[in-house]
Amino acid sequence: MQRVGDPATAASRDTPIAVGAAVVEATGLNKSFRDRAALRDVSLTAHRGELVAIIGPNGAGKTTLLSILAGIQQPDSGTVSRAPGEVGWVPQQAAVYGKLTVSENLRLFARLERVADVDAEVAKMLALTGLGDRAGDPVGVLSGGNRQRVNIAIGLLGGQPVLLLDEPSAALDPRQRERVWEFVLALAAEGTSVVYSTHDIQEAERHAERVLVLADGELIFTGSPCELEAAVEKDPQAGATSSGDFERAFVAYLRQRGH
Amino acid sequence: MRWLLLKDLRILRRSPLLVALLVLYPIVIATLIGFALSRGPDKPKVALVNLVPESATQIELGGERIDVTRQAGPLFRAIDPVRAKTRAEAIEKVRSGDVLGALIIPEDTTRKLQTGLEPATVEVFYNAEDPVKARFVRDTIKSQVQDANTALTKKFSEIALQFLELISTGGEYDFLGREFDVLGLQRSEQILRGVVSDLPPGSRARTQVESVIGFAKLARDNLGFSDDVLSSVGSPIRVKQSQLDGDATPLSSFAVALAGAISLMFITLLLAAGALALEREENVFPRLVRGLVSPTGLLLEKAVLAAVCSAVVCMLMLAGLGLFVDLRWERAGLWAGAVVAGALAFAALGLAIGAVTREVRAASLMCVMLSLPLTFLALVPSGSVSPVLFDVIRAISAAFPFKPTLNALDAAMNDNGALWAPVGHLAAQFAGFAAVSRLAMRRFSS
Repeated sequence: MQRVGDPATAASRDTPIAVGAAVVEATGLNKSFRDRAALRDVSLTAHRGELVAIIGPNGAGKTTLLSILAGIQQPDSGTVSRAPGEVGWVPQQAAVYGKLTVSENLRLFARLERVADVDAEVAKMLALTGLGDRAGDPVGVLSGGNRQRVNIAIGLLGGQPVLLLDEPSAALDPRQRERVWEFVLALAAEGTSVVYSTHDIQEAERHAERVLVLADGELIFTGSPCELEAAVEKDPQAGATSSGDFERAFVAYLRQRGH
Repeated sequence: MRWLLLKDLRILRRSPLLVALLVLYPIVIATLIGFALSRGPDKPKVALVNLVPESATQIELGGERIDVTRQAGPLFRAIDPVRAKTRAEAIEKVRSGDVLGALIIPEDTTRKLQTGLEPATVEVFYNAEDPVKARFVRDTIKSQVQDANTALTKKFSEIALQFLELISTGGEYDFLGREFDVLGLQRSEQILRGVVSDLPPGSRARTQVESVIGFAKLARDNLGFSDDVLSSVGSPIRVKQSQLDGDATPLSSFAVALAGAISLMFITLLLAAGALALEREENVFPRLVRGLVSPTGLLLEKAVLAAVCSAVVCMLMLAGLGLFVDLRWERAGLWAGAVVAGALAFAALGLAIGAVTREVRAASLMCVMLSLPLTFLALVPSGSVSPVLFDVIRAISAAFPFKPTLNALDAAMNDNGALWAPVGHLAAQFAGFAAVSRLAMRRFSS
């Protein structure tokens, strides 16, 4: 496994987490918007079947990193290596047509993705999202959570080996969130690599095999959740953390790194 | 691209109010402008007070009675007279806005015309709150009073000529029921020639009579030119009109071409700009250009959508107007060519607007803000503004597709000039605006 980031790599060096070949590899990514640096020399690798969570405070650069990995934005410098057309992407804001129905949205993107059996794929996604009974409703009249489910379903349509999810469960209720994660975990079990950003630290702890901590555009940690907690416990200046409280460990780690 | 096109058509079908507005608004605007241009202004309502007594509407000139009200006919043909009894009532009608102006004909009008010692004066009142209306009324009445003056002058000249003819050749003259025999210069000369033959040659009396004969002849000869002189006095300047530039397109046919260009512009711009901006507003653009469709392919799809929809609506509108206006149907193929060329150029401009504004509402606003001035600038005639300003207007009009589309439609529908020149212009604009929109799309993902 390739480790990314400078001080962070020490913590995970002895614990190989991911399995399989690298499917996405980014090296030395830098991106600025005017004079604000959104990413600073970020490098990472995602392997086949691996679940990677990107966590960090607001404005840390999570969405920018995922956009660059997805090919939506170009980095100012650095390289991204990925197989063309093999990365699925679910943006943070629902990217769907409000005037079209749920099934029309799915059918349109399935056709654009050149899915072989469009009807079967649409039926599969309707079952996954639990929106079968709303298939004929315009997306514009759906709740934010349901719209996000359609958004995720569209991102999953192509069956790509790598899936990038930008805050996938942000607008979902716990039941919907659980359903989405069941599906994502099943994909990962079948070999799909999943890289997702989240504000829900528990979600990162529960599902990710590896977490990347971004702060102010800088990758300050990469390793398993346990390794993050361990890194905080080793540092007496980071403040008291109770064992097993990943969220407190995360906040303490940020403080320890001056963020 | 096929699936995106079908998707856009489906979205349009589900927005009936938007489609209705998109189609009806430009058609209404185009029809109004077309009618305004082809029909010209209606007669202004003017309060009329004729204080001349019924018994005094005629003047007698050289034994002939002239009805002044009949000679002032042109004045009343140009206005919609609203009768008022008094001067005060007429002025009040102007103040209250019932009429645009008031025309007072004083009771001494015919007396002054009869005596000829001083000119008869009519009074005009108008409300200057609206400068356009005021100028319209002022100019209309002034020009029509001039016409009435000309008509009266012509009548006076005819009577003066009769008098001069009487003086020249002599004859019967009726005045106040009594008949007079006027000798005239011709008969005077004949009489004097009879007399001079009886006088001894070289005598003083003969010499004097001969000089009178000479004067009578000279006077008669010169009076022969008086009809030309008097007609020149009545109309010293005449107008001879020659057309130098542009063919003679009937105003109604030009109005149809104008209506077509306006409809085409509104529908295409709004559709192209709105459809492109919607892709970003729905956050779908990044998802699409990740390999599902290229940015250029997306632009092409929007251009085809906007151009085809607007061209169909425009052709249907032209066909509809053809029921009321004589159009050259045998040139319908050329109309279609001009409409398609214009639609594509407008589509490219619309895409540039959509790509720059990146929001449906901002794009729509910019389309409307751009369309209206372009229409008016394209209709500013040369010579109506300063040469420098006209050059600026011409340059602006040339930079956008409205004027070339209007020229192309006029050429196609009315055979007014070569079609290839405006179509070539539109093709260049299509390429230019398409390049601008492609560049502006670089900011679309941010």
